[in-house]
Amino acid sequence: MSTESASKGTITLVHLYPREMSIYGDLGNTRCLAARIARHGYTARVVDHHPGGELPADAHVLLGGGGQDSGQVRVEDDLAVQADTLRAMAGDGLPMLMICGMYQLFGNAFITVDGKTLPGLGILDVTTQGGATRMIGPVVLDTAYGSVVGYENHSGATTLGSGQAAFGKVVAGFGNNGQDAMEGAQTGNVIGSYLHGPILPANPALADHLIALAAERATGRPFEPGVMDDRLADEAHARQVRRLTRAR
Amino acid sequence: MLRTTAAVIAGKAARLAARVKGGGGSAFPGLVAERVDPAFLTHALAGVQGGIVVVSGTNGKTTTTKMLVAVLRAHGRSVLTNPTGSNFTRGVISSMLKDLPLSGRVHADLAVLELDEAHALKFTEVVTPTHALLLNVARDQLDRFAEIDHTADLLARLAAQVTRGVVLNLDDPFVARAQDGLRHGVERRWFGVDASIAHRLPEVLEQDVRFTDDYVAPVAGDDDGTLAPVDDRALRINFGADPASGVGPFTLKQRGLAAMINATAATTMARMLLGPDFDPAVTARALAAVNPPFGRGEVVQVGGMPLELVLVKNPAGFTVALSTYGSSPVATMIAINDNDADGRDVSWLYDVSFASLRDRGVAMTSGVRAYDMALRLDYDDVRVDSVEPDLIAALDAFVAAHPNEPRRVFCTYTAMMALRRTLAQRLGLPEFGEEVSA
Ligand SMILES: [Zn+2]
Repeated sequence: MSTESASKGTITLVHLYPREMSIYGDLGNTRCLAARIARHGYTARVVDHHPGGELPADAHVLLGGGGQDSGQVRVEDDLAVQADTLRAMAGDGLPMLMICGMYQLFGNAFITVDGKTLPGLGILDVTTQGGATRMIGPVVLDTAYGSVVGYENHSGATTLGSGQAAFGKVVAGFGNNGQDAMEGAQTGNVIGSYLHGPILPANPALADHLIALAAERATGRPFEPGVMDDRLADEAHARQVRRLTRAR
Repeated sequence: MLRTTAAVIAGKAARLAARVKGGGGSAFPGLVAERVDPAFLTHALAGVQGGIVVVSGTNGKTTTTKMLVAVLRAHGRSVLTNPTGSNFTRGVISSMLKDLPLSGRVHADLAVLELDEAHALKFTEVVTPTHALLLNVARDQLDRFAEIDHTADLLARLAAQVTRGVVLNLDDPFVARAQDGLRHGVERRWFGVDASIAHRLPEVLEQDVRFTDDYVAPVAGDDDGTLAPVDDRALRINFGADPASGVGPFTLKQRGLAAMINATAATTMARMLLGPDFDPAVTARALAAVNPPFGRGEVVQVGGMPLELVLVKNPAGFTVALSTYGSSPVATMIAINDNDADGRDVSWLYDVSFASLRDRGVAMTSGVRAYDMALRLDYDDVRVDSVEPDLIAALDAFVAAHPNEPRRVFCTYTAMMALRRTLAQRLGLPEFGEEVSA
C-alpha cells in the first residue's frame, strides 16, 4: 500500500483508437501499463483517442493495437489528420508501442493482395505486403529487452527497409514475414511488433522500459522505479519460452 | 445401398470398440462410417421429412439445440440430434449410429443439429438444411476464424443455402445481415429481447469491436419471439402484443440472461417448425424441464457439496458466465488450456473483466496457462490463493481447501474434458457424449 506516499508524478498514457484498433486483448497493454505506473508510485492518466478527437499534446507514451480490416478503414482518415503530430512526437523521442495493424499503419505502405498501395505514416521504414497465408501462433523473440513472448496473427508480410532495425530476432514463430527471422521494427523509441498476448503483461521488462522513458518525459527526472513483484509474469514467461524452444 | 449398410456395420463396430476402450462418444465411429461411404449422411437424412434444422452461432449452440429438441419432442415429434456437442459431420454420424437400422436411413420427423460456423458449411456440401437458427457472432477460436466479419460471413453463407425458413437474432447486427442473402421464398423470423431489457444486451453480445453504431434493430412482428424476463430464472416469451400467443411465464433450470435468450431462440424456431400444432403451454413445460447441458452450469456432488463446471471459450462467453453466476459468489477455480480445441491464443482473457471476482478472490488457477491466468487476475486486483498447472492436482487441492461449500470451475474445452473424465471415473457419472437427452 502506497496510498500515503505522494505520487512521483503524473504520466499521460494515450491509447490510439481503442474501439477500432484493439483486438485480441491489446487493451491489456494499456491496463498493464497503467497498473504498473501506479505500482511504481506514479499517477497514470489514461486518455483514449478516438477518430475526430484531439491528440493530447502532453502525451508521455502512446499505445496502439491490431484491428479488423473494417477497423483500419475507420481510422485512416484520422491518422492522416494526425500524421504530422505523430511524426513530430516520434522524432522528439516519445515512447510508442504499436501492435499488428497499427504497426503496419506506422510503416511506409501496405500493399494489398490486388496490388493497391495504401500509404502509411512512414515513421517506421517497413513495407507490408498483404498475403493469403496467415501467420498464426505463439512467438518467442530475442530483443534488447530480453526474451519476449507473445502471439502473432497476421496475413500481412512485412519487410524492413535497409538500415531499419528490427524489434527482435525470431526464436520461435514467423515474425515479420516468416522468411528473414526478423520481428517488428524499432526507430528511436518507437516500437512496432506483431505480438499480441498481450505483449506487455507477459513481458514486464518491456513494459518498464516504456514507463521509464515516459516517466523521464513527465517529470524531467530519471525514472525512480518501485519494487515490483513479477513472480507470476516471470513464471508464465519462462514456461512459454521453455515449451516453445524445447521442441526445436 | 450395400455400401451404406457396410458403413453402418463398420461404424457400429467402431462405436462398440471405442466404448470398450472407455473413450465414450468420440467422432471416431462417424469417421469410420464416412470412410466406408462418403455419401453416408446424405442417405441417412434422406428420410427426414419434417425438416433438417441447423443451429449455429458462436455461443449457446448446445443449450439452444437441447431446448429446441425438448420442445419438439414434447409436441410428439421424433427428433434426431447430436447431443454430444461434437458439432461436425463425423460427430453427427457418430451420434446417430446407436439407433440406426442397417438400411442406414434415419426414421425421424426432424433432425436438429448443432454445427459450428465452419462445419455447418461443410455439412451443407452433403445435406441441404431446410431451416437454420443463427444465434450470435463473437470472437472464438481465433486460430481458425481470424475476424468477426469472416464468421458473420460464414453464417450468411449458411443462411443462403436454407430452403424453407431461418430464425435470426434481431439484436446481433452480424447475424441480422444474413437476411440479405436468403433464397427466394425462404421465410425469415426474428428472436430478440424486449425493449425493456435492451440495455442488458452488452452482457451477452460481443462487446469490444463493434462497428455498428448505426445499426437499428428491426421491429419484431407477430411471429417473432421477444424475451421479457421476470427475474433471474423466470421469463415470458412474447409473440406480438396478444398475451394469449405468448409462452410462460415459466422458470428455467439454468440461470441468466443468455439461457433465456437461447430459450427464446429455440421457441421461435419450434413455433415455425410446428405451425398450427405449436402449443405455448406444452412449450413452457418442456423448457422448464431442460437440464443445463454438460459444462454449461452442470453440477456434480463432490464430497457432499456441489461442484459446478462452466465452459468458457471466448470473451463474450466468459463475460456472460461471470455475470450469470456473479449473483452467487462461491469458491472459484479457473482452468485455462491453449490446445487447438481451446484456441491457442489466450490474449482474449484481457478482453474480459474479472472485477466481479474481486471480493471473493480466486482459490486456484490451473491448466497449461495457469500462470498467465493468475497474472491476468493480478492486473484486475483479484487475489489468487494458489496456482497449479496440473489439472487433477489443482482440482484435488481446490476441493480439499473448500470442503464444506459450493464450488465453481470455469474451464476451457480441453481442461473441462480432462476434469470431467476424472470426475466421471471417480463418481460413476455418465461419460461425456453418452448423455441421454430423450
Ligand atoms: Zn494481429
